[in-house]
Amino acid sequence: MEGFIHQVVSGIATGGIYASVALALVMIYQATHHINFAQGEMATFSTYIVLTFINMGIPYWIAFVLGFVLSFLIGLTIERILIRPMQNAPILSAVGVFVGLLLIVNSLSGWFFDYTIKQFPTPFPNHPLWGGYISGHELGSTGVTLAVLTLVYLFFRHTSLGLAMRAAALNPVSSRLVGVRVGWMLALGWGLAAAIGSVAGCMVAPIVFLDPNMMSGILLYAFAGALLGGIDSPLGAVLGGFAVGVIENLGGAYIVGTELKLTLALVIIVAVLTVKPSGLMGRTVYTRV
Amino acid sequence: MPIMLEAKGLHAAYGETKVLHGIDFQVVEGGVTALLGANGAGKTTTLRAICGMTRTQGSITLGGKEITGLSTEDIVREGVAHVPDGRGTFMELTVEENMKLGAYTRKDRAGVDQDFERMFNYFPRLKERYRQQAGTLSGGEQQMLAISRALLLRPRLLLLDEPSFGLAPLIVKEIFSIMRRIRDEEKVSILLVEQNASIALAFAEDAYLLETGRIVVAGKAAEISKDESIRRSYLGY
Repeated sequence: MEGFIHQVVSGIATGGIYASVALALVMIYQATHHINFAQGEMATFSTYIVLTFINMGIPYWIAFVLGFVLSFLIGLTIERILIRPMQNAPILSAVGVFVGLLLIVNSLSGWFFDYTIKQFPTPFPNHPLWGGYISGHELGSTGVTLAVLTLVYLFFRHTSLGLAMRAAALNPVSSRLVGVRVGWMLALGWGLAAAIGSVAGCMVAPIVFLDPNMMSGILLYAFAGALLGGIDSPLGAVLGGFAVGVIENLGGAYIVGTELKLTLALVIIVAVLTVKPSGLMGRTVYTRV
Repeated sequence: MPIMLEAKGLHAAYGETKVLHGIDFQVVEGGVTALLGANGAGKTTTLRAICGMTRTQGSITLGGKEITGLSTEDIVREGVAHVPDGRGTFMELTVEENMKLGAYTRKDRAGVDQDFERMFNYFPRLKERYRQQAGTLSGGEQQMLAISRALLLRPRLLLLDEPSFGLAPLIVKEIFSIMRRIRDEEKVSILLVEQNASIALAFAEDAYLLETGRIVVAGKAAEISKDESIRRSYLGY
């Protein structure tokens, strides 16, 4: 029983990481109907930036915030330069750009920061808490991801800019007619998604260690989470991310073993797409003909 | 009478298909101008051209300032509010959020709050439905919401695209009686596009008749509605 509770708790902790990346995927999907395959690699790159700052002697949290801001600017720039010209392109061209972006960012990480596996520090005390059910880092990283998700929620719900970003994603034509600069809203969405990714990267790196391919598996889990919750529902994606974290941990411990954990993500993806493609909280769009 | 909007030699096209072939028209400041014509005559395209939503040639001036070539977002900031065909409701958002988006470009919080109250005064139904998802509103209520959203911009020029479309005659009557109040109480010039010619001519002072991208009749609304031959050949009532 104790082992079970431990698995669930650490599943929630990794689930928070998947939830963040899933939210980043959904934000871009809602606005453009594309999945940004490079989301994970961008997060890895952001994590390297934070590590560079830490190695320069900058205190952890300042480096964390600097990484967040820089990631935002990088995301914004990528949208302006690479994605904007693709807005009217056929879907396969867009997919090509995303795959290219994945390879480029991955290679840049290796080129700038080399391919050796690096340790990443945690700002939290790394000893077991509450009778060994949870480590200090797990508790801290869950807290940080929940705080970020809450802030993102409040931003979208209660600020005029957040409302404009939602409007631009839902109905670009009407948004322009009330004066919302739709192109910039998409760029801001990319920036925000990249910034959320940087948080996820920093929180997962102390557990899995940092190398250029750190996020590739995590992106798959996050994608499974986003699909499970509903690819067009931010709240669904977050809950789906947490659920996948728990399923992955329990499945790894009791059913398939740690070697085959990644297949669980694929099983979830295939199962959702065959049984309920709109996900648990997604909308099904009906069109009258 | 000063001119609010003036179009000269206005051409518009979608891709290779030319829709407007050089039309001239004006909207007098504080007045209502109606743009009439059958399906496919180019009425909606004219409104879209004013807002920079189609490729255009020719000149459009707003209060003397050239607005051709500006982006839609900047034309909106010049004071043009557009109630588009199909009403342009943000279906997934609440009535409140739809109205807030109407005032998106404004910075005067107090003025916006006052204007919200004015809209509830015109359309009490919107106050009842304030927290409701806009997609659940009836067609008439969505039209009211679209008009409020446009007026919350505090526009100098209001473009209305077929406010009667798809609504029951009783609702159309209700909306136009409120539109009369709005015309008298707000300092706004109106360009109205309608297929329902009789209701539009009764509301407007000036009118233009479009046929396949050309203006075939221009004049005072009252005279056009009296002219038997125009009515028979173009307006069909």
